[in-house]
Amino acid sequence: MADTERRYSRDHEWVRIEGNEAFIGITEFAQSQLGDIVYVELPEVSSNIEKDEVVCAVESVKTAADIISPVSGKIIAVNDELEDQPELINEDPYAAWIMQVELSDPSEFNELMNEADYSTYCENEE
Amino acid sequence: MKRTPIYNAHVELGARMIDFGGWEMPVQYSGILEEHNKVRNSAGLFDVSHMGEIIIEGNDALLFADYLVTNDLSDMKYGDVIYSPMCYENGGCVDDILVYCFGNDRILLAVNASNTEKDFLWIKESSNGFDVNIHNVSEEYAQLAIQGPDAQRILQGLAKTDLSEIRFFKFRENVMVGGVPSLVSRTGYTGEDGFEIYLAADKGSSIFRMLLEAGGEDILPCGLGARDTLRMESCLPLYGHELSPEITPMQAGLGYFVKITDRPFQGKDVLAIETECGPERKIAGFEMVDRGIARNGYPVFDPEGNEIGYVTSGGFCPSISKNMGLALVESSFADNGTPILIGIRKSMAKAITVRKPFYKKKYKK
Repeated sequence: MADTERRYSRDHEWVRIEGNEAFIGITEFAQSQLGDIVYVELPEVSSNIEKDEVVCAVESVKTAADIISPVSGKIIAVNDELEDQPELINEDPYAAWIMQVELSDPSEFNELMNEADYSTYCENEE
Repeated sequence: MKRTPIYNAHVELGARMIDFGGWEMPVQYSGILEEHNKVRNSAGLFDVSHMGEIIIEGNDALLFADYLVTNDLSDMKYGDVIYSPMCYENGGCVDDILVYCFGNDRILLAVNASNTEKDFLWIKESSNGFDVNIHNVSEEYAQLAIQGPDAQRILQGLAKTDLSEIRFFKFRENVMVGGVPSLVSRTGYTGEDGFEIYLAADKGSSIFRMLLEAGGEDILPCGLGARDTLRMESCLPLYGHELSPEITPMQAGLGYFVKITDRPFQGKDVLAIETECGPERKIAGFEMVDRGIARNGYPVFDPEGNEIGYVTSGGFCPSISKNMGLALVESSFADNGTPILIGIRKSMAKAITVRKPFYKKKYKK
């Protein structure tokens, strides 16, 4: 059964795991801070990434934001839909995943913030 | 941080505020794309009260202003507005400004917000030998810009003067706007028809709200985000990007606003040579061929990988749905249709130089 719990990084990425795989995107807070998203630079499939590594970027009209991986592993898929419809991230950031990662260290997920902690974290950011 | 007289209205309207050169200004309200499109399709209202206003008074006011700027002011009459770069002796730009003429003895300069103090000192230093008094009156004024095809109709609803009588780059004083005497010029920074309104600082907020109410569904308050996308796709220069102390007006492609006539003006010697020989580098417009967005400061290369300049402004242009930009490059690469490369993070993205502006301006002349 799919695990639907989402966890959050300090850089405003969300992670949802299904088995040993993680879907990663940016949070509601991140999309609202960025504003209209007009370009998503997707990472390369099958590249290996480390936790806290800059893997790609999301760009709004105003600015470019690095996507910093909250977990380590291998990228097994990217969300191609975002190439032509980057605005999907604005519309529903938790549905518009950016990359799917096969986890090399599943314990990293548990170190991320839960919903309540992240919510408090965002309040302090504003 | 400094705040304009309209700050409270921005907060009430839910604007996201940012630090813009020491000013706490709205970057967006509903969203940059929505605000941008509103200006192109109907109307947008901008608080530009952070802009500076400097008055030059005295017998030599016009003569002195003509010495300060690169454009030719000698034929200016009451009610005229002229855009001009203002240069150092080495041809670099102090600022780019609007000059309002009230007669030979009174001139108003509208200057960029973050340059106000610098400009004021520069103008005072330059005034030796001229019979003038110079005043920085920036804090006395609120300044609003109403821009877009519906701007005139909406402003007319609150104004006593027939606005159709104010032609492109002309102004009127004492136009009653919502009962407040205002200076109104048909000028702007969006590539659309529209007006800039100067009024007493303490009346700014109420007139800002009245204009939004008068415009109803046809107007949106617009922030600095939309102001930037609108000016960029119209290829209007932004000081600190396409113009700076290191960039001359000729390099910025503003040669039209540099008039080498008999009169003396600051920077004339250098600019005359540059006019004759052509500048060594130029601002070129470009369109991204590869995916990616070029941003201010990114390096520009020729197809062989030699660095030839840098991006001065870049981004997504909403009106044409393309990623475009302006870059200061060696002149031999500035002709339209030249392939170039932009260094975007770790990759090299293909782009091609294109004609400016990217969006055809829709001024009513």
